[in-house]
This record gives sequence, C-alpha cells and structure tokens, in this order.
Amino acid sequence: MTVTIYIPRDSGALALGAEKVAKAIEQEVEIRALDAKIVRNGSRGLYWLEPMVEVETPAGRVAYGPVSAKDVASMFDAGLVTGGQHPLSLGDPEQIPFLAKQTRLTFARCGITDPLSIHDYRAHGGLNGLENAVKMAPADIVAQVTESGLRGRGGAGFPTGIKWKTVLDTAGDRKYIVCNADEGDSGTFSDRMIMEGDPFVLIEGMAIAGIATGATKGFVYLRSEYPHAATAMNAAVEIARKAGILGVNVLGSPHAFDMEIRVGAGAYVCGEETSLLESLEGKRGLVRAKPPLPAHKGLFGKPTVINNVISLASVPIIMDRGAQFYKDFGMGRSRGTIPIQIAGNARYGGLFEAAFGLTLGEIVDEIGGGTRSGRPVKAVQVGGPLGAYFPRALFDTPFDYEAFAAKDGLIGHAGIVVFDDTADMLKQARFAMEFCAIESCGKCTPCRLGSTRGVETLDKLARNIEPQKQIELVTDLCNTMKFGSLCALGGFTPYPVMSALNHFPEDFRPTPIAEAAE
Amino acid sequence: MTMQLAGTDILARTRSVIDEHRALEGPLLPILHGLQEEFGYVPAETLPIIAEALNISRAEVHGVVTFYHDYRNHPAGRHVLKLCRAEACQSMGGNAIAAQISQALGIGFHETAKDGSVTLEPIYCLGLCACAPSAMLDGEPIGRLDADKIDEIVQEVRS
Repeated sequence: MTVTIYIPRDSGALALGAEKVAKAIEQEVEIRALDAKIVRNGSRGLYWLEPMVEVETPAGRVAYGPVSAKDVASMFDAGLVTGGQHPLSLGDPEQIPFLAKQTRLTFARCGITDPLSIHDYRAHGGLNGLENAVKMAPADIVAQVTESGLRGRGGAGFPTGIKWKTVLDTAGDRKYIVCNADEGDSGTFSDRMIMEGDPFVLIEGMAIAGIATGATKGFVYLRSEYPHAATAMNAAVEIARKAGILGVNVLGSPHAFDMEIRVGAGAYVCGEETSLLESLEGKRGLVRAKPPLPAHKGLFGKPTVINNVISLASVPIIMDRGAQFYKDFGMGRSRGTIPIQIAGNARYGGLFEAAFGLTLGEIVDEIGGGTRSGRPVKAVQVGGPLGAYFPRALFDTPFDYEAFAAKDGLIGHAGIVVFDDTADMLKQARFAMEFCAIESCGKCTPCRLGSTRGVETLDKLARNIEPQKQIELVTDLCNTMKFGSLCALGGFTPYPVMSALNHFPEDFRPTPIAEAAE
Repeated sequence: MTMQLAGTDILARTRSVIDEHRALEGPLLPILHGLQEEFGYVPAETLPIIAEALNISRAEVHGVVTFYHDYRNHPAGRHVLKLCRAEACQSMGGNAIAAQISQALGIGFHETAKDGSVTLEPIYCLGLCACAPSAMLDGEPIGRLDADKIDEIVQEVRS
C-alpha cells in the first residue's frame, strides 16, 4: 500500500528548511525503494514545530518535528513510513495541546489536505457551502451571512452581511467581489496560510459572495511579499475553472463567476480598501474619501464587495453548517471564530483559531507559552502596526472587538506580537510614526506631515530635550492624526504611540544626561 | 557589468509585455510587474510607450511607478535580499540582525554591492512573524535568522 508523507510547502515551513527536508525524504524513499507518495500540504500553524512532517498510518496521522534534513535518514531507520518512534516524534498531531484546544472552522482543512486537490477539498467538506448557495435566492444567502454575525476580519469588524446587502440592493451593469489579500500588518499571516494551505476555500467564499450580490467577477489583491501564496492561488483558480467551480455556470448553475489574482507592489496603504481599489484600477494607491462607499461606487465605479481573505474564507462553513452553528461560537457581538496569530517573541508562535472570548493573558501566557527568549513578557502589540501595545495589566481583556475598543485598542487582523522586557517602548512608538511616514499615501496632511513631525518629536524626547513639552506635543499631534486623517493609517498610528506612552511612561523619561562639569 | 540596452530592443520587449497584459481590466500594475520581470527594473524609456499604449499621460505613469516601493528605476544586484524590518522581527532582535547583515555585505538598505552581487532592501512584513527575524533571498523565505544563517546568505550571494 502506498504510504502518504506530508511535508508542508507553506512559506513559514519553507523559511525553516522544508524544501531541504522534502528533498532528503524523496531521496530516502528512492534509495530504500519505498512505496510512498509525498504531498506538499499547508501548515497546521505550529511554527515552533515546523517543518512538521506527517505520515498517514492505518491508525491515523503521526507527526514529527521540527525536522531538519539531517534527521531524515534516522527517521526512516526508525520506521517513519509506519509511524515509528523517533526523538522527533510528536504522535497524533491533533492531540498536540495547541491544536487540540482550537476550534477550526475556517482553517478546518489547512495543513491536512493537499491544497491543490479538489478531491481532498470535497472529501473534507469543501464545496458543500457553494452547493447550498447555488440553490438559494441571493437575498437568502445574504440573510444567512448576516444572521451568522460574521464581521470583517480585516480589522474594521463591519458586518459582512450588511455590506453584501448594500451591493445586492445597488443596481449595476457589472459588480465586483474584491478580496483584500494585502495582509501587511506585522504579526499576521492567517491570509497567507489559508491561500497557501487551502486556496479553494477562498475561491468558494468569493463565488458565494458573487452569487449573493450579483457580481460576476472577482479580484484577489495579493501583496507582492507573498509570492508562494500567489503561485498557489493562481494554480487553484486554474483548477477551479476546469472543475466548473468558476466560469459561466458555477457548479452547473445559471450563475456566472470568474476571478483573477492581482499582485500588489509593496505599498502598505493599499490594504486600505479604497486605496486598494485605486491600485487595482492601475493608479497610485491614494485613499478615496467616503462616501461614496465601495458598495455603491467601488472598483471602476461599480458596486463592489470588498472583504478580507478570512471573512470570505469563513463564508463556506456558514453556508454549509448554517448561521446558527457559526453564531453559537463567540461572545457579545463578536460571533464565530477568529484565527489568532501568535507572533514575534513567543515560545509557541503560530495560528490559533478559537471562538472569540479568550483573554489576552490566556492567549499569550498559556497558549503562546510566554516568550521564546525566556524573559518576562513586557508588552504585546495587538492588531498590527496600527494596533495598541498592551501591558500585562490589561491581560484580562477578552478577545472581542468591543472589549478591545473599550481599552483603547483594536483586534485588527488578530495578530499578536509578543515583546520581552528588553523592548524599549519609546523606540516602538517612534517606529510606529516612522512606518506611517514611509507608507503614507500623502493625500491628507495629518498623516503625511504628522508622522514625520512625530518622529522628530520622539527623537527630541529620546535626546531629553524639553521632555515634558515633547510629550504634550506628541499627545496633541496624535489627537490631530486620530481625528483628522482620511483613513486608518494616519488615524490609527496614534494607537501604538499613545498606548506605549500611557502604559509604559517610564520608557519615555530617559535618564537625564549628566551636565558637563564647567 | 550592466549592459546598455539598445533602444530598439527595449521598444520591442516593452511592446510585447504591454500586449500580454493590455486586455486586462486595470492593466498598468501587471504591465509594470511584467517590465520589471523582463528588465530587472522599469526603464525610464518604457514610460512613454506605456502611456501611449494605455492612452494616459506620461505623468500618470510616472506617478504610479514612483508611488510603489517595488518598482526600481535602475537594475538591482544579481541577488536581492529583502530583510523584514517590522515589529514581529524587531521583537526577536531584528534590528541587531539588520546591522550584522549590513556590515557583512558592506552595504546599507537600498544599496547594491559594488561588485553587483546583491541589493539589500527593507521590507515590512513577510508574514513569517512566528519565525522571526525573517528575510527573503531571491523570492525564497528564510526564518529565524541568526549568525549562521547570515553567513550562509553572504556565501550564497558572493558565490
């Protein structure tokens, strides 16, 4: 019987040497004349164990990790193909606590299936949602998504169903579904993982969005920093066309839907939805003033749904299992699950999909295991470069849109970057301003000029030049940026700056430089 | 050694890239990506050709090319090393790693080594935040950068 060996092709696994491991395994299989098939799967998201190799045995999957090429021969000696014991053995991957504690709805298949096998996709519940959707009236699909409570996973948290309803109700000779795959926030990688590890779920979600709103064309705006995700998505779109999932008759229905993958060009601001639309149109990524909303006048002036990758990839399970099923997870107005990304200086860094409601402390200390460096956790930045820095004192905050807003923070795209006690929060605040200056589209003054003035002011503070005055100035500047900027880049840069200042004031009072003796 | 591209050659190759993408909706970015792939950068000589083909002004094309960090107006080195400078990598000592790499290669960010071997570019997030600090060498990701991996990178770009 042919044995299947899984070796991830996820960028994170590749960054840790998965390609060399794959070559070594291929070689051993050949030398030992074994009847084995290698599948390049996505990652399960346990990055401290990557590259994680799995073998399909009669008793189920057996995992090994983290594997390096030099371990491979000894793994075969230990009976890898039958799941034999080896110092790198992890046993049944599903029993690893980090995985066992998760609720994988959106990431149900990621790391398990061959990302480009339609057969695997169907065998693991794929296409059930789309099959249900093609038989439904568009308004009923929209109602189901609205009822599920799904909110935009890109960061803004706007109810997905309401966005769709606006597009459905807007007349247009042509409508678009645009997927925002410009995942530029540091500490986030869930979009990348799903596009590399289960691309069909995004395609299925977009096709459902198209049928629900009357849009026939979709675009995925994918950042250029993710070349492997682009390769996977392009291949998956081709396969989906051949399988009749995309095309003039989606799954044999009268609905037409097709899509294209477009690669960005390194501008962070293009993750902002209107800037993204400008970029797709072939223009400078300048933010548009709203209204008009993209749902009314979006891409090329047509009604457009613009959703994040994870929002769209969460739709198939809602259409498969029903709104109530999805809604039963979560807390308050944050329904369903959220793929939390534990990143930076974390002992167990990776993707943890769970219902809303875990506290920040549970995520960082229990699931993430504290820091990788072994030093105390000083701060965590939640929600990317525009998210607030949280001190330990706020670790009781539950992971929920409203709870984070109440603490002057945001969930954003659910990335958490852990910092140990060596972090200098003044430097982090300065970086937030510097990053805003580098990436500002330049359209509005608070963002374009404010960010540069912010860097200068914080530099003066670091040099201890009239520190109290600089703190007042930066506070006032942040207020101007927050309320005067056109989009979240200038408007949210104050979150990391002010949270660093408010929660870690000691870092903003540098030791006075001793006056030179006269 | 950088070869001076012959004018007619640029023209023909540019036209062929444009033709490949012009039927797309919003073709400008795909064309610019295509040109950068073809030439290694977006030569200034191509801008008027694009403007004419898409019936937009040269100023508009120039505006777009200069807006995006990815497009170069001059050739890069034989290897391109993109080093992540964002927060997750900072939390794992990314700034010290950046200083070490810069010293080992003898160049700063946005610079190309004198022998044309490598260009060092900053990048803001490669989505490898759970295996920081990270980089991308000629499109291939590298995680958990340390002194040994820096040595490997230096050897590879110099070989």
